[in-house]
Amino acid sequence: MKVLVPVKRVVDFNVKVRVRPDGSGVDLANVKMSMNPFDEIAVEQAIRFKEQGKASEIVVVSVGPKETNETLRTALAMGADRGIHVLASGPVEPLAVAKILARIVGDEAPKLVIVGKQAIDDDCNQTGQMLAGLLRWPQATFASKADVSESTVTVTREIDGGLQTLALDLPAVVTCDLRLNEPRYASLPNIMKAKKKPIAETTPEALGVDIAPRLKISRTFEPPARSGGRKVASVAELAQLVRDHVGV
Amino acid sequence: MSVLLLAEHDNAKTTDATARALSAALQTGKPVDILVAGENCHPAAEAAAALSGVARVILVEDAAYKHGLAEVLADLIVQLGAQHYQTFVAAGTALGKSVMPRVAALFDVMQVTDVSRVVSPTSFERLIYAGNAIQLVEVPQGKTVLTVRVSSFEPVKVGGSAPIETAAAGPAFPRTRFVGESVQQTGRPELTSARVVVSGGRGMGSADNFDALIKPIADRLGAAIGASRAAVDSGFAPNDLQVGQTGKAVAPELYIAVGISGAIQHLAGMKDSKVIVAINKDEEAPIFQIADYGLVGDLFTVLPDLDRALQQQNRVT
Repeated sequence: MKVLVPVKRVVDFNVKVRVRPDGSGVDLANVKMSMNPFDEIAVEQAIRFKEQGKASEIVVVSVGPKETNETLRTALAMGADRGIHVLASGPVEPLAVAKILARIVGDEAPKLVIVGKQAIDDDCNQTGQMLAGLLRWPQATFASKADVSESTVTVTREIDGGLQTLALDLPAVVTCDLRLNEPRYASLPNIMKAKKKPIAETTPEALGVDIAPRLKISRTFEPPARSGGRKVASVAELAQLVRDHVGV
Repeated sequence: MSVLLLAEHDNAKTTDATARALSAALQTGKPVDILVAGENCHPAAEAAAALSGVARVILVEDAAYKHGLAEVLADLIVQLGAQHYQTFVAAGTALGKSVMPRVAALFDVMQVTDVSRVVSPTSFERLIYAGNAIQLVEVPQGKTVLTVRVSSFEPVKVGGSAPIETAAAGPAFPRTRFVGESVQQTGRPELTSARVVVSGGRGMGSADNFDALIKPIADRLGAAIGASRAAVDSGFAPNDLQVGQTGKAVAPELYIAVGISGAIQHLAGMKDSKVIVAINKDEEAPIFQIADYGLVGDLFTVLPDLDRALQQQNRVT
């Protein structure tokens, strides 16, 4: 069974981004970039399926500028088999990414698409659901456990207040939540091996997808700052403050 | 054209998140219909009809909607909405986040995720980069699909009596099947609507400590319990308690952060709280930079002492 894993290159989670003073966006010059952490979880899950003998091939896809190649290499070093790089500069909205992925799914015919639930830059939480909608495939979002057989993927999902388990007929889309697994680090030999793994390049135009943004971002600005208050000296003082604010 | 709001309910009543999403929907200035889909959920439809400002309740009763599965709900919304609605809204809960992007894709439009302010019927604010920036987003003509950051809106109060109209079910989707569910009834308020939230972080050290130290304070204050990602990652607390960028956003009257250093991802989920109290043994912890009141100390002694102090104050009154 072939598994397709879309990955996104995003600002590293440790970076505190700065908003440009002119309101045109955030400053991404010379900022550390990494694979979206939830996509790392998706790559890891695909590798585990392969190690369990359930997946035969893992194809990773990313849409982005030429540096996105590094993100694909990271996935290949973790254990994916080959990459597809859809070259695009500038931000590409989730709907356009989902359309690109739908085309690639048409070419590659994977039985399963595993993707992170959300990218930590635009915080949209849309791509997996949109892809499933476009393909009219079953979807399971926020997976904390996934088990795959020849024809079905059984997913336990994080929902408000607890967990829900669904069985989806393949092909299907699964989006990953935090507790699904802990992604591995690539070993040095695997990083070397990954350099030889193939990455095919294509473009949105070649796939016939219009990536012109639908939404207009008219301004980007900083949220109002919150300033620190004061330290309290004792638990008794804290208890009194808590009591004042809650009325208990 | 009007707005269709997807209600979240437990068959008996609609959730607080629905009442907050309704606030956002009403701010577009257009008539708002609420869709209540489920099995044996007429009481929830009545509860929806009682929310102020609702134009109509659309009730769809079918076993297919019993478990809130995204595929059938998205198809139903598209079926109801293709002709009669322009704007589609849901709370940014696990349900809304699953269903609405699918709806948007079926309509071939972009969704605006986690709207924190309705500026006009076609422009909205939302947070990006873990709340480090706010975007003002304008949607083009045509269908508009939104999810709502519920902590940014007050719940609509009861006081309406909208008519309830029934509608036919949409297509089935047999390729997705419900297997089971385990939902914990904690007896505590919902995290996203609680007046007080007590959250624990990595500093709690273990799931046992988390339970033994956080729960008594939460019980005493009638508070919901939250957790940082580090605490969830370490297995101290379940995932649905995670407060932060990729968890829940909360804005209670009082937020007590215990053993939480204050990573930006966590702050994204709680910095709109009215009053923030931080308890941490590291006086350099970033959480103190945004806390109204900070106590530097070892949570393993501070929490039991705080519990006793609150108990004594109760006795005095």
